[in-house]
Amino acid sequence: MSEAKAATMDSVWQGGASPYAIGSKKFGMWLFIISDALTFSALLVAYTYLRLSTPNWPTPFHFSPSIIFSSVMTFCLLSSSLTMVMAVHAMNHGNRKATVGWILATIVGGLAFVVLHISEWLNLINNEHVTPFGNEWGVPLFGGTFFALTGLHMTHVIIGVIYLGIIAFAVGRGKFKYEDVEVSGLYWHFVDLVWMFIFPLVYLMSAKL
Amino acid sequence: MSDHTGAVAEHVGGTTQSFIYIWIALLAMTGVEVLLAYEQVPVLIMLTALLGLSIVKAALIIAYFMHLKFEKLSLFLTLFPMLVLCIILMLIIFMPDSLRSLNMRVVQ
Repeated sequence: MSEAKAATMDSVWQGGASPYAIGSKKFGMWLFIISDALTFSALLVAYTYLRLSTPNWPTPFHFSPSIIFSSVMTFCLLSSSLTMVMAVHAMNHGNRKATVGWILATIVGGLAFVVLHISEWLNLINNEHVTPFGNEWGVPLFGGTFFALTGLHMTHVIIGVIYLGIIAFAVGRGKFKYEDVEVSGLYWHFVDLVWMFIFPLVYLMSAKL
Repeated sequence: MSDHTGAVAEHVGGTTQSFIYIWIALLAMTGVEVLLAYEQVPVLIMLTALLGLSIVKAALIIAYFMHLKFEKLSLFLTLFPMLVLCIILMLIIFMPDSLRSLNMRVVQ
């Protein structure tokens, strides 16, 4: 065993049994996260490109309610990341009951984010008359890029809530191992991380007092 | 340490206290970002400050919440340099073109 371990440690770049010393599920999630990060980067670059090359790019986000709403959303997502870390921590100590509790708290944070985000969308659609295909300022690309970016992110949050629901259910029934909870945590933190770029670039850069 | 076939790995790094400190730091940096938006600082300073803070926040999340600081260096080296390179390539290719098209716009 120790000989095999030593061989693995020595031949990291030669494709040992476990060159990264992590499980294949975790490595798979990391690869997904990196490819998803490129998807979001491409969308953010597209947004920035269009914004830079459009002189009359609208700034429809009034401090109240849009910026306050999105700040509260950021708080929800950051706090849900903390509860997710706690869930992984509890699972590492074999405390399944606490793990389920922390994951449920994470789900509540995610759901709060989605509800606030949808109400923010409705505010933009009903009060500012922004749709994905047009708006009153004659810059339809604003709605197109805004809803594509935030919509894709919200889809990730909704999928994350479902994913965590399944994990919490299974962990509560005594199934799944530590690694499964940790992998779901990686996904959740990534969703949080993406918002750390969308929030300043899309909302704060277009704030209006 | 056991091999990767499902056994609980030894979990090093990160205490409850350190996670709470990082959460507070992330909230504080978000607060600074919102304050910058409220003060309506000039666009270039704003963009630099926001992106700088976002990168620091992302690094904290990746290092501590996503545990990458405590993984083998080979994992980091496999995943991140190419991500950063791809993003830089996108910026180098598209951003000058974006500014060029702004200058080429027909004045109405």
